[in-house]
Amino acid sequence: MTGRMNRRQLLRGATLGGGGAALASWLPAWAQPISAGIVQAPATLSGEDIRLRVAHRMMTIDGRAMHAIGINGTVPGPLIRLREGQTVRLHVENALDEPTSIHWHGLIVPFQMDGVPGIAFPGIPAGETFRYEFPIRQAGTYWYHSHSGLQEQLGHYGPIVIDPAGVDPVRSDREHVIVLSDHSPVHPHAIFMALKRQPGYFNRQQQTLGQLLAGKGQSLAERLRWGRMRMDPTDIADVTGATYTYLVNGYGPQDNWTALFNPGERVRLRIVNASSMTTFNVRIPGLPLSIVQADGMNVRPVAVDEFQIGVAETYDAIVTPADARAYSLVAESVDRSGLARMTLAPRAGMVAAVPPLRARPVATMADMGMHMGAGGHDMAAMHGMAQGMVMNDTAVPPPAAGTAMTMDDHAMNMRDLSLAPGVKKGPGVQTIAPMPVDRTGDPGQGLADVGHRVLTYRDLVALDRNPDLRAPSRTLQIHLTGNMERYMWSFDGEKLSEVKAPIPFRTGERVRVTLVNDTMMGHPIHLHGHFFELVTGHGDHSPRKHTVMVQPGGTVSWDVTANAGDWAFHCHMLYHMHAGMMQVVQVGPAPEGDA
Amino acid sequence: MRRVAIGGAAILLLAASPASAQSMDHAMHGMTMPGMQRPMPAHKPTRKTGAKAAPAASHKRAARAAAADPHAGRVGAATPTMNMGGMEMRDLAPSADAPDPHAGHDMAGMAGMTGMAATADRPAAGTDLPPGNAPAPAAQQGYLADRLWGADVMAASRRADLRREHGGMTYRQLLFNVAEYRATRGQDGYRWDGEAWIGGDIDRLVVRSEGEGRFRRAPDRVEVQALYSRAVDPYWNLQAGVRYDVTPDPSRTYATVGIEGLAPYWFDVEGALFLSDKGDLRARIEAWYDQRLTRSFVLQPRIEANASAQAMRAIGVGAGLTDVEIGLRLRYERSRRIAPYVGVSWERRFGATASLRTARDDDTGGVALVAGVRTRF
Repeated sequence: MTGRMNRRQLLRGATLGGGGAALASWLPAWAQPISAGIVQAPATLSGEDIRLRVAHRMMTIDGRAMHAIGINGTVPGPLIRLREGQTVRLHVENALDEPTSIHWHGLIVPFQMDGVPGIAFPGIPAGETFRYEFPIRQAGTYWYHSHSGLQEQLGHYGPIVIDPAGVDPVRSDREHVIVLSDHSPVHPHAIFMALKRQPGYFNRQQQTLGQLLAGKGQSLAERLRWGRMRMDPTDIADVTGATYTYLVNGYGPQDNWTALFNPGERVRLRIVNASSMTTFNVRIPGLPLSIVQADGMNVRPVAVDEFQIGVAETYDAIVTPADARAYSLVAESVDRSGLARMTLAPRAGMVAAVPPLRARPVATMADMGMHMGAGGHDMAAMHGMAQGMVMNDTAVPPPAAGTAMTMDDHAMNMRDLSLAPGVKKGPGVQTIAPMPVDRTGDPGQGLADVGHRVLTYRDLVALDRNPDLRAPSRTLQIHLTGNMERYMWSFDGEKLSEVKAPIPFRTGERVRVTLVNDTMMGHPIHLHGHFFELVTGHGDHSPRKHTVMVQPGGTVSWDVTANAGDWAFHCHMLYHMHAGMMQVVQVGPAPEGDA
Repeated sequence: MRRVAIGGAAILLLAASPASAQSMDHAMHGMTMPGMQRPMPAHKPTRKTGAKAAPAASHKRAARAAAADPHAGRVGAATPTMNMGGMEMRDLAPSADAPDPHAGHDMAGMAGMTGMAATADRPAAGTDLPPGNAPAPAAQQGYLADRLWGADVMAASRRADLRREHGGMTYRQLLFNVAEYRATRGQDGYRWDGEAWIGGDIDRLVVRSEGEGRFRRAPDRVEVQALYSRAVDPYWNLQAGVRYDVTPDPSRTYATVGIEGLAPYWFDVEGALFLSDKGDLRARIEAWYDQRLTRSFVLQPRIEANASAQAMRAIGVGAGLTDVEIGLRLRYERSRRIAPYVGVSWERRFGATASLRTARDDDTGGVALVAGVRTRF
């Protein structure tokens, strides 16, 4: 396996090279004299009747005034704190001059209360108040956000915490809600238009001739190979720190929102990624994290030093800071063009060092769904094989698994539509992953070589036994498709605007859904109204999620029991969804005579 | 912090299903399993007998040994806190977090190996089970929300909030790739080449204009095109429409068809045929490449060539290759929208076209130093 080592070293060199310059250019965003920190817990609303008012406002981020949409005057909106078993009525007043909506992300509600205009209800017209009402049948950390237009980008989101009816199996002395998000002074429609005109508009970390001459980044041969395919290996994030400020609870890195603790306490951090477009890598240098909950569902504790959180995912982590010192929580954007930062400290005013941005990752052939035995990801070939077995239930070894075959010598067809018969051919489909593999064992782009423990989906094991242990009666494969050059995104090659009919399910049926990412970007895929169990080898304790990151060129399988209703099913990257990467799942009545 | 890597035992697990184990063994040739190389911990968890996959053993050997022992899987499976995914054991948090004593008994590495993962450890359940092959249900008629909120209001919402907002928008762009002052040996001049488009992802209306001239003279060339553009491929658009040349005089109108798109290696390419109202056929090809030198400096080599199938003496065009422009422009693209540039441009008329120019006492080309602004809105 010398090939593997060489490749690894090469990649490491490449990322380091790219990052040296990246660092210098992005340092000023946060590495200025820092403020003393702002200690202010988000406003909390509880009870049976909760009133929310959606209105335009200005917010100040790192001393800069920006336009926003707030809820009850704040960004993020107030923390809604409920108790399992209660019923809640949420009165949402629309003080905007356009329709709005609120979707309760991760809450299992009757579909007409789900808050998606055009699917669940007609939206909330300007000036009107809509009353949502539903019983709370779950506990955990969730969030809410607009599902209208691009309002979410402007600050139309907030956290939800539901306390369990009984004793919380997660014990803590204190907790903090941490809402990560991204905010730009540029209007979201202008951001989207810029992406449509020039998909690399916000990417200021592209490879240059200067880097090539300095021996940094990809080699000339690699650049030519990628150039031939018209793929940019530095296209890690569409919208970047070039325009975004990354926020913690609405505060910028210089604002330095601070959360307090007493040394020795078990502190629970409820972390929500309420970004529009940003995949974050979260860590607290010097403080290990014990992941105890994912997407509101408790998991067996997993000790890690860092984890990747896709848009719309939530993770709860326990930290136990023993010393009376300050810690920095940093959430780096996946492309490392910027970071969100806050401080954990025994008292206000204390600060800790903020680590510099690491080298931005460079996409690999694996990210294009060309998995080679000698790829940079441990056992990736085996995952792929396992996937094959799941689907075929045979013991036939797949052709390329484990062999040290490289694609470099072959003119690989990157758009062989015969590999994806369900995909509609068209300009919106740039590539079909030739050899997609299950990447739930991978920590995420840029995290393979960070030198400490990073969470993977396979580490997640549900604390409670799954509620439905039946075998799926059928399978469904959905391809995540796109064209980065035209900034088109879709499921199975069809934008929502072109789709003729919803994806049909039957109430109560159990289906194994496999998502195949044919693109070179990670997609956080969210199915409304459901939790699904990831097929990651944990049987009746499979982790249950509402949103799952499908890594570039990778696959994810999950089993789901269909809940009655019409439900949105989409990529939670706001501009991917806006471009059409969304469909409707229609769960019709159970067949006659079925239990 | 205990860190246990028990790759060998994991192999035993895999062996629980012998037939599969063989294919596993086969498939794992050439595969690196990081845990295999790590030493056993000094204080390993309590284990039953038989978990004898010595960690130092090669994984092939371990797998073979496992396959030979029908009980190996069972025994191996009893090993707690195993995690092949990360190849390391997680530190268990306090019991309040993990009431389940088997917490951390983690077979992550076998994830996806559904149907095989369920060994003696626990019966196959949940996501371990292989899926059936039932057909998908038929699509239903109508939408549920229509019954609750009214069909009309929902239809309007589907149109405005759902379809238009999720892939059905209209986009537009204005791009002047060339808009410059040209300093030459004779009279200085100017040149532009730009286009604007509006439309969806597939169908667009494109208005394009290019032209050049010398100051204090009538422009050499001013043309405008109106095109329907259709995306036919991930990278290429087919375009058809009308070209109108304001100058040279007398003006001409052409029907045009062409392609525009991105060629392999990131070359922007345009090619078009023009058929005039007098029956004359002309052609043009244009290509450029953006080479990023640094984060803000972009060097753009660009070439444009025109040809004519016949002589068009009235407007000074000869048959064959008529003219070529080769430019090298260095722009400062700190802003993607407005990028000032400087460069050199070499222009040349050929053959009969050149002769016609000479006859009119006009030059046939030369080198110009150029300065301009590339704009993109």
